[in-house]
Amino acid sequence: MSGLGTSFGFGACTNFPRDLVNSDCILVMGSNMAESHPVGFLWPTLAQQSGATLIHVDPRYTRTSAAADVHVTIRPGADLAFLGGIVRYIVANNRHFEEYVVHYTNAATILSPEYGMDPATGLFAGFNPATSTYDLLPESWDYVMEPGPDGAPAQPKTDPTLQDPQCVFQVLKRHFDPYTPETVANICGCRPEDVVKVAELLCRNSGRERTSAIAYSLGWTQHGTGPQIIRTAAIVQLLLGNIGRPGGGIIALRGHANVQGATDIPTLFNTLPNYLPMPHALPAQATLADYLANGHSSGARRGNVDDGLWKMDVTRGSWTNLPKYTISLLKAWYGDAATAGNEFGYQWIPKLDEDLSEMSYFIKMHRGQVKGLFLFGQNPAVGGPNARLQRDAMRKLQWLVAVDLFETESASVWYADPEGPDPKTVPTEVFLLPAAAITEKEGSLTNTERLVQWHDRAVDPPGDCHSDLWYVYQVGKRLKQLYAGSGLARDAAIRNLTWDYDDEAAAQPGEPDAEKVLRELNGYHTATGKHLKSAGELAGDGSTACGSRLYAGIFPDPEHNLARRLDGAVNPAGIFADWGWAWPGNSRVLYNRASADPQGRPWSERKKLVWWDEAQGRWTGDDVPQFETTTPPTYQPAPDATGMAAIAGDAPFGAHFDGRGWLFTPFGMADGPLPVHYEPLESPFMNALGSQQSSPLTVILQDPLNPLSPPGDPDYPLVATTYRITEHYLSGAMSRFNSWLVELQPAMFVEISPALAAARGVKNLDWVVVSTLRDEIEARALVTERMQPLTVEGRPAHVVGMLWGFGYRGEAVGESANVLSPMSLSPDADIQGTKSFACQLRAGRLGDERHVPALPMAPLPLIDLPVRQTPWAGQPEGSEQHVD
Amino acid sequence: MSIKDVARKQLEVIGLPPATAPERPHGLIEPILYPFRRGEMPEVQPPVGFFTDTSVCIGCKACQVACKEWNLLQAAETGLSGKSYDNTLALSAEEWRHVKFIELFDEMPLPPPPLKPTANFDDFDIKKLLDEPKVGHWLMMSDSCKHCVSAPCQLACPTGAIVHTEFANVLIQPDICNGCSSCIASCPFGVITRSAADGHSYKCTMCYDRLHDGLEPACARACPTWAINFGPIDAIKQQAEARVKQLQDRGVSQAYLYGDAATDQYSALHNFYLLLAEPGVYGLPDQAANPHNHLAGDYLRAALGLLLALAVLVAAFALVGG
Repeated sequence: MSGLGTSFGFGACTNFPRDLVNSDCILVMGSNMAESHPVGFLWPTLAQQSGATLIHVDPRYTRTSAAADVHVTIRPGADLAFLGGIVRYIVANNRHFEEYVVHYTNAATILSPEYGMDPATGLFAGFNPATSTYDLLPESWDYVMEPGPDGAPAQPKTDPTLQDPQCVFQVLKRHFDPYTPETVANICGCRPEDVVKVAELLCRNSGRERTSAIAYSLGWTQHGTGPQIIRTAAIVQLLLGNIGRPGGGIIALRGHANVQGATDIPTLFNTLPNYLPMPHALPAQATLADYLANGHSSGARRGNVDDGLWKMDVTRGSWTNLPKYTISLLKAWYGDAATAGNEFGYQWIPKLDEDLSEMSYFIKMHRGQVKGLFLFGQNPAVGGPNARLQRDAMRKLQWLVAVDLFETESASVWYADPEGPDPKTVPTEVFLLPAAAITEKEGSLTNTERLVQWHDRAVDPPGDCHSDLWYVYQVGKRLKQLYAGSGLARDAAIRNLTWDYDDEAAAQPGEPDAEKVLRELNGYHTATGKHLKSAGELAGDGSTACGSRLYAGIFPDPEHNLARRLDGAVNPAGIFADWGWAWPGNSRVLYNRASADPQGRPWSERKKLVWWDEAQGRWTGDDVPQFETTTPPTYQPAPDATGMAAIAGDAPFGAHFDGRGWLFTPFGMADGPLPVHYEPLESPFMNALGSQQSSPLTVILQDPLNPLSPPGDPDYPLVATTYRITEHYLSGAMSRFNSWLVELQPAMFVEISPALAAARGVKNLDWVVVSTLRDEIEARALVTERMQPLTVEGRPAHVVGMLWGFGYRGEAVGESANVLSPMSLSPDADIQGTKSFACQLRAGRLGDERHVPALPMAPLPLIDLPVRQTPWAGQPEGSEQHVD
Repeated sequence: MSIKDVARKQLEVIGLPPATAPERPHGLIEPILYPFRRGEMPEVQPPVGFFTDTSVCIGCKACQVACKEWNLLQAAETGLSGKSYDNTLALSAEEWRHVKFIELFDEMPLPPPPLKPTANFDDFDIKKLLDEPKVGHWLMMSDSCKHCVSAPCQLACPTGAIVHTEFANVLIQPDICNGCSSCIASCPFGVITRSAADGHSYKCTMCYDRLHDGLEPACARACPTWAINFGPIDAIKQQAEARVKQLQDRGVSQAYLYGDAATDQYSALHNFYLLLAEPGVYGLPDQAANPHNHLAGDYLRAALGLLLALAVLVAAFALVGG
């Protein structure tokens, strides 16, 4: 998210997966799309049938590779180097889309003379070894700003010829010069020809007439350099002019049907809903006014808490609306209790003073500092990095509430963990609450393409099962009752929370009405209660309430929940404009202003999407323009213009104060304005591109159960990576309890190459033990030529591939690969680095008995209720049970 | 209109009253006469079938699971087979769809030669790079009953349990089947197996029950990449021919259709495939054999053999006696 957000403005998938049908070339990397997104994989398949080239770059040869036209094997963790090689190819051969780059990116912007990067170390100038941050030269990544006439606020200084040695384009060129095909091949374990081949395919399929797309998933994000890998892809796509264009963009494939929704309306510790910065416990954000002036600095500060280039966001671009977003949010949460007189309840929001991301609070939990945990359909005992630590940490809680469909590994961590202590010694009180399944509740899902789709309840949940919404609603009601009489200031937040979502039509009292929640998210005028029709109606004076500014307009009046729409009409661009509703404002391709040239004409007939209609004086096209509708392409803002008026008519990236896509990110990425290849925290190989071994801002979480092996450790010479397969879903909490899926993949296995197998005396299906400094697991080995040994830095690099979705509960049980993985926080995203770490492998089994009883296969699911309305012909005919 | 309204409308369209099962015969005479009665023949429908394009199959096994769900087939206790990603291994009475995985990897290329300093991009032959073949193939194929136009199993079945339906697909009626296994012996594709639970033979029905209601089979419905195409035979044949041509025009010369047309030894299949390697690679017979093709000759040869044996016996007795 942070990689895309800083490059373009929104940290979300730029195009929609079906748009891949319009691509001329698709690079799938850091993703196993066919296996993890099989339904969406229809689109690359159709694209191929229209002549598109599908490239898969991945450590393994997977079902995606089988479908691809080109497959390149690289070492896990070397993705940034490979992409860097592509960047170098583009700029060294002048294959970038010149007109797009000059007008739509910050390529021409001149950078501060203080900016520097030392290729020998891999560090930028201004690194402070004491704090491990870049706070010594806080202005070294800034643009050179030229003052306007008569003292008007400054504009970035630019050189449109891209020749100035300190312009972003030249800096970028120098920065990626070391990423030669040979150097990249050395790091990645591929051939130099592979870098050239992939780069060439992307280049010849980009430009006015052709577009290329990049699709990625957890194979990129779950690295220590994850956000920077994505930044490198963003640079590739900006240079090639693929952003905002049909068949182009970066498809961030989210790993779950509602992860986008879960980050939009988040339980993330460091954002308020819809990516508003979380207020920090700093004097510079003590009051609401302070926050509105300085809140944009989160992630951007590098030492400056109340000034810096990021201040431009306060007056230019869409972030000038922060007051409207924030105050409307506070009105949604606190209703009439939030007034201008009490800063709209700003003081009731907890302020952030430390990293409280998931791994960080699990470390605290392990130290006994966290009393309780709610798990809603979450299974950290299997899915969390360093799962052994996560399991141990949960056993230190006073109470644990698991809301789930089955008794998962996390819900049973107090007694079923084969490595766990005697259950009598575990103090945790565990509540397992039965959850309603997706078909048993109403609500919405927001998927990877920012599309919100409503779903109705098809059947009532059985027994005591309830939706997550019901549980949260009930907890909130009880908390409000408990604190109703409290006079304490710190309880004001709960007392003043608006919390009435009762479904009046429901049979049972206390049932929440999901559409009431949607209404609050959409927003309404506080005086009249009328729904907002768009984000344009948001006000910063308390007259509007809005729980989710990006969703404003989804529910424009009580009769029209646009997320319910099921109109199957598709337009020439492949957009189902009236199916569901996507944010922002139902634009399906972000930054689609860039699909037209600076004069507002489509770059080509073949790739038209939105364009300027001179006669009507508005932008129009096959997608909702993600641009100010009536701002002409020739509009140049006055030097002192503010808000969206400060964004020129040829600047598609309105969330950036300069309206441009950022090849170089002057702020937002704490570990560097340009991506640098570093090795994963645990790696058998030393960094070939600089003395700084791994990303200097990675946070290594200190805990006795989280030791890390040093780089090049001979005891752990193999590269481990983890992944899913189609047949099982995430931690297996839903799929390993389903007999029909269990029979497809009944057991945990690790995949190794024949060469590694021979070296370790392992034959296909033999038991092996995989170990790291943290733990060991045993599993059967699948010896396959789809795993290929690589040559990295002149010596063999062997990869051990492991399914991570197995655990000790279900009909299919097996060891969890994540007990091996380390805990660490990547800079900018706080994501674990579980896609590449160091391990060892030996033939044999673990000495101690780790027998885990599996549930028996479920009996045939007979329908014992009378089947109504199904004709005789509709009865399953071939079944053994099919009798009269 | 909400999704509930859409579903309700669909049910109205299909809306037949819940039908009842045919009555069982009662009394002394009826149960004897009943099997010889012929009910009304269903109206012949345009023949339908599958065209499975294995070039776009991603091995997701949605077809396998959809079939299980629709037909309520018992899950099997499998173990890790070690054979690629295939743990169910074969068609059986409980597996009416089976996805095969074939890994084809030549000798892997040697590690790259020692490195040169910074390359001049002119050193790379772009055309050669773009034309070089892909290293390694993983073939996937969703196997099922071939629904042969002239089906050896149907010809072999002594009880008449196996029929061609009005849609021209092959159907085993398990309540008539007596478990003799003649069908199993005669199927050249190894599709049929007897159920351990009740001894009857089972195989894919082409979702005959769904066909009655104008629905496509569950596997075709579930396939995400449109590898399994279902429809009238003429239409899917056209589609298949166009696809093969498209692939061959793009240099995939090894693509061809299997079973779309009759050969001199075997009929056409109403479940035919686009394959990317020889049939044997997929575990399919290069040339399927229909035992019934030479049945007449077999009977004649058997009769002649019997006569010859009798003649030898008579001659032997004559020699001994004389």
